[in-house]
Amino acid sequence: MFTLVDLVQPDNLAEAYQILSDKRNNTILGGCAFLKMGSKRIGTAIDLTNLNLSYIREQAGFIEIGAMTSLREIETHTQLREYFNGVLPKSVHNIIGVQFRNGVTVGASVYSKYGFSDLITALLALDTEVELYKGGRMLLVDFLNKPHEKDILVKVWVKKNNRKAAYLNLRKSASDYAVINVAVSKLDDQWTIVVGARPSKAAIAVRASAALSKGKLSVEEIEGAAQRAAEELSFGTNARGTSEYRKALCQVLVKRGIMEVLHANQSDN
Amino acid sequence: MQIKVTINDKLVTWDVEKDEFLADTLRSHGFLSVKKACETSCCGLCTVWVDDKSVLSCSILSLRVHGKKITTIEGVPKEAEEFARILTAEGAEQCGFCSPGFIMNVLAMKNELVNPSENEIIHYLTGNLCRCTGYMGQLRAVKTYLGVVEG
Ligand SMILES: Cc1cc2nc3c(=O)[nH]c(=O)nc-3n(C[C@H](O)[C@H](O)[C@H](O)COP(=O)(O)OP(=O)(O)OC[C@H]3O[C@@H](n4cnc5c(N)ncnc54)[C@H](O)[C@@H]3O)c2cc1C
Ligand code: FES
Ligand code: FES
Repeated sequence: MFTLVDLVQPDNLAEAYQILSDKRNNTILGGCAFLKMGSKRIGTAIDLTNLNLSYIREQAGFIEIGAMTSLREIETHTQLREYFNGVLPKSVHNIIGVQFRNGVTVGASVYSKYGFSDLITALLALDTEVELYKGGRMLLVDFLNKPHEKDILVKVWVKKNNRKAAYLNLRKSASDYAVINVAVSKLDDQWTIVVGARPSKAAIAVRASAALSKGKLSVEEIEGAAQRAAEELSFGTNARGTSEYRKALCQVLVKRGIMEVLHANQSDN
Repeated sequence: MQIKVTINDKLVTWDVEKDEFLADTLRSHGFLSVKKACETSCCGLCTVWVDDKSVLSCSILSLRVHGKKITTIEGVPKEAEEFARILTAEGAEQCGFCSPGFIMNVLAMKNELVNPSENEIIHYLTGNLCRCTGYMGQLRAVKTYLGVVEG
């Protein structure tokens, strides 16, 4: 179990960042669920409660999601259930239980780049940026590939557009980590295929997405893209599944994801 | 440090450690209905309400509930008894260790969802584990309690 020496509730981000930088073991608190499972000896714990970072709002063509927004708020948000075929609420729907999702936060979930993350996979299939206090605003894909630096994730920006999307995963039991998760999306003719819980962190299958975007979407091309996604990404083995199993599942779920997006597109036309 | 909270409609001031969790604070003040089992946010046994939302008290730092309203099963005796009777009648309780947390989440669901379907009920209660009963009795009890009419 973690311990902490002091807990502060700063009134602004500058102060929060200053305290975070002051000492190596000073730490931002999200909902504490993940922190609690470790044995970190925290110096000063920085609670962002007073910074009004719990919101989902629409502004200038973007949906902004504050770092302290709970996963349950994502799940139950009326507009998010509509946008992108409800892919964001669907992605968090199976994480443990309602009580858990009432407590854990978007900022921690994205900042931590967990390999098993359901939310990151879905966000990566959309036009998502993150805003860090020090590092500024950047594409989620760049953030995921950037080396770890101590910072504060302030908010997530999701571009509001007509992207159609699907989210699928396979879990061995309802509230376990996903063995694998997949998100597929399409904006105009451009497809994005994302695979997470490989078990390493979510990645875009770039070549498979490009091939699908150029084709005529015949069954053979769709199956080919699913196979290509499984071949271009790497998979690992852990207690939930072997790399071979994940690779086989990837192919199946990507194909289903593409079909689901096509179906959503047709229903809208 | 001190926190002021409204616990089951009573305003109190408590001394808490900076890294103390709400489940421990509540138990140390006699709210023994609040159980702890996994302490890793997985089982739902420690469920209480903070500002009327069900949360896992094993994972919430007590300092963070300063100024908030906390409800444990001791604060909703009438509703809890009504549901617990149905739970017992359905044979849905054996050791009973999971019951306080489960009941708090069932009551939260009743307040939040209007006419939930069976799938919605199951989904809402997924975070409440029970090692004895196999869940079917619990589901029957919840449906009876909510007056769900089978289609
Ligand atoms: C038992 C268990 C099972 C889980 N299962 C799943 C699952 O199946 N799928 C899934 O997607 N997720 C799962 N999660 C992860 C969960 O959804 C959250 O992502 C995770 O708990 C972190 O959220 P938190 O609010 O609890 O963060 P905390 O535990 O408070 O923090 C986690 C880390 O993030 C840092 N941090 C917090 N907020 C910020 C911020 N704004 N800026 C910078 N750093 C920050 C903290 O310093 C810490 O290092 C699981 C977690 C647990 C504990
Ligand atoms: S004791 Fe809190 S979730 Fe298990
Ligand atoms: S009745 Fe024993 S754990 Fe549920």
